[in-house]
Amino acid sequence: MADSSAKPDNRAGDLGPARLEVADVTKSFGAVAAVQGVSFPLYPGEAHALVGENGAGKSTIVKMLAGVHRPDTGTLRVDGADVEFAGPADAKAAGIAVIYQEPTLFPDLSVAENIAMGNQPLTRLRQIDRKTMTANAEALFRRLGVHLDPGRPARGLSIADQQLVEIAKALSAEARVLIMDEPTAALSAVEVERLFSVVRSLRDEGAAIMFISHRFEEITALCQRVTIMRDGKHVATELVSELSVDDMIRKMVGRDLSALFPKQDVEPGEVVLEVDKLSREGVFRDISFQVRKGEIVALAGLVGAGRSEVMQAVFGVDPYDEGTVKVDGKKLKGGSPRAAMAAGLALVPEDRRQQGLVMDLSIERNVTLPRARKLARLGLLFGGSERRSALTWTEKLQTKLGKLSDAVGTLSGGNQQKVVLAKWLATGPRLLIVDEPTRGIDVGTKAEVHRLLSSLAKDGMGVVMVSSELPEVLGMADRVIVLREGKVATELTRAEATEESVMYAAMGQKVSA
Amino acid sequence: MTTSTLGAPAPGRRFAGGLLKTRELGIVLALVVLIAYTAIDNPRFLSGQSIRDNLLNTAILAVMAAGQAVVVITRNIDLSVGSVLGISAFTVATMMSDNPGLPMIVAIAVGIAVGAVAGLINGVLVRYGKVPALVVTLGTMYIFRGLVYSWAGGDQVTADELPGRFLDFSNDDILGVPWLVLIALVVVGGISVMMRNYRIGREMYAIGSSPDAAELAGIKVARNLIVAFILSGAAAGLAGVLFAARFGTIDASAGNGYELNVVAAVVVGGVAVFGGSGTVWGAGLGALLLTVISSALAVLDINQFWQQAIVGSLIILAICADRLVAVRIARSLRKRDAHV
Repeated sequence: MADSSAKPDNRAGDLGPARLEVADVTKSFGAVAAVQGVSFPLYPGEAHALVGENGAGKSTIVKMLAGVHRPDTGTLRVDGADVEFAGPADAKAAGIAVIYQEPTLFPDLSVAENIAMGNQPLTRLRQIDRKTMTANAEALFRRLGVHLDPGRPARGLSIADQQLVEIAKALSAEARVLIMDEPTAALSAVEVERLFSVVRSLRDEGAAIMFISHRFEEITALCQRVTIMRDGKHVATELVSELSVDDMIRKMVGRDLSALFPKQDVEPGEVVLEVDKLSREGVFRDISFQVRKGEIVALAGLVGAGRSEVMQAVFGVDPYDEGTVKVDGKKLKGGSPRAAMAAGLALVPEDRRQQGLVMDLSIERNVTLPRARKLARLGLLFGGSERRSALTWTEKLQTKLGKLSDAVGTLSGGNQQKVVLAKWLATGPRLLIVDEPTRGIDVGTKAEVHRLLSSLAKDGMGVVMVSSELPEVLGMADRVIVLREGKVATELTRAEATEESVMYAAMGQKVSA
Repeated sequence: MTTSTLGAPAPGRRFAGGLLKTRELGIVLALVVLIAYTAIDNPRFLSGQSIRDNLLNTAILAVMAAGQAVVVITRNIDLSVGSVLGISAFTVATMMSDNPGLPMIVAIAVGIAVGAVAGLINGVLVRYGKVPALVVTLGTMYIFRGLVYSWAGGDQVTADELPGRFLDFSNDDILGVPWLVLIALVVVGGISVMMRNYRIGREMYAIGSSPDAAELAGIKVARNLIVAFILSGAAAGLAGVLFAARFGTIDASAGNGYELNVVAAVVVGGVAVFGGSGTVWGAGLGALLLTVISSALAVLDINQFWQQAIVGSLIILAICADRLVAVRIARSLRKRDAHV
């Protein structure tokens, strides 16, 4: 693997010295190593793609180049000289401009001010020269071939226009390195083409472009070279022309399936959940699927494909515009988590800190929160019934804890996740929705959670699992529904689902083998 | 407009700009209606003395509102200004009664310095303590007030202990404009220009508009926030000197409760509570409006209790107007996008 990193030099002759170099960079957050020993160069006049699965460490690389994070070890070099960025201002001064997936404009300020922020033209009295500032913005927009009014506030601009303003910003700062973190995620095909023509002309003028995208057709259309990352490590840096899409995907996902995911085979029973043509404007469209008793159905796809949003709408946390949700054949009222709970649905959300647990409350109180009414006598909640109920479930899940009266915030991530599960399992659901059930927890606890989900399914519960971890999806799911850009890309049975087939569908590629 | 090459946008820009201006225009309009109505009822409301009193009463509030506006624009708040006024007023009054020979400029400089130090403390706590400004300045409000109480005890500095020159300052004119009003105009005007035309001012707006984006844009957020709090503290310190000169009798409770009037003036003056928009001179106008309301109610012989209710309604009205304007602008801009 590592030997392939020497390859890019085969074109060093016509590319000249590297504009920007990432050299053996490592970055950890707590115990998690986000980036480990990654190296690659970025040459002037080239567009360089950075690809990898969710969590491969791409965004961490971007943030280090932007001066937001500092590498733990290793160096960044600009034009051959080592640089250390104390903050975003330093990176900017070194000629690096970053366009984030979510544009970072100031909504209250005018477009011209957004572009000029930090290096506004000044008059002799060091006041801001608004006339020149507006004229500069107009000149930039002419150069980019777009029609935007520099005087209007940035609030209300479409994402595509905001991205153009970001590019104008980079141009006005005379950036020599342009880093784009999934700039096309929210753009239509026409907008993407317009963006690309702008980026191509920047590239031809000698800027170095780093382009992050999950869409391979865009990478082949725009980039000369590609660096592939997996699990925080550098896998390969190669010429795009020498790699097929198959090669890229294989290099992205090719890891060993060492962990065991013990899903027991269960004969599925009758349909518990039926989702029919569910749509929410701009988020997801025409989503239909069924879940039977005893089945684990995984929703796979890339971040932003709309997986969590669909399940939030099913549970009634978010509204939907069209379609129906049926539980046991009965139509479920939309937009009401209370109705969903009454019908026997339970949702274990992705972000336990924000949505799943009340960190300052005790473990027992957290476990009984959704059922406080049922446990109460004469409207009052007594400690005894709360404790008994909490004990049953925390024991079943083998939660490691001191006292049931301790605050949930004192537990480890894995045990917090068990408390969230306990909380919802205690409601006796018929259908359990889990969103990223094992994110951020250690391998041992992961296996326990998997075993638990499997045994719940065996006892006749229907389970919907949203997961970004392919091995988990492949190991646990009876069926895999792959979402792509808010639509169902494909539905795969357990036999059909492989790392490749799921990734192909998630990225909108056809299986070519 | 210079957008001829770009075609259509000009009318939209005027539309959006017009809406933004209505905030300040609305205050001016309210002032005109209020003054006209009161003057018809009692023409003496427009006498020289009455106008002078109104302006003198506005001056102290306007100075503090100008500093507060900067803090609010950065999406923060400074609730300690009333207590800072108290510390500054008591310090300066004590100093002047002990050393009657000191020139006025020294009194002003000391007041501003005391306030600036208090502001620095607020700014550092907010930025480096990572505590919301509301909590920090609520705490320092009590701490600063407690300091004055423990220092002054039950003592007070009375007018006859203060040098005549110091007291005359609040009544003296220069070219027919009272010093106090002149100072308020300079402060409001100066900070307005800073916020409108200088980089640091625009960065304050940027920080309030989107704190995360400001960090990513490489703006020196820490420095700017601390400057904002120092400005607010210094303005309150200056207001303390003016307060001492105008009222002559200073005890430990000077300026008690002023912070809410100041925040009210800023909000009524069109500065968005969530930062990012509004103007400093709008805040000054807000101070004038609040002052005129209270004197108009006295002239119209309306129960003073109503004053509080009216100020409260104005605040709610201002915030509703804020939302309304923001929503309307967003909608009108989105519509225009659809045509492009």
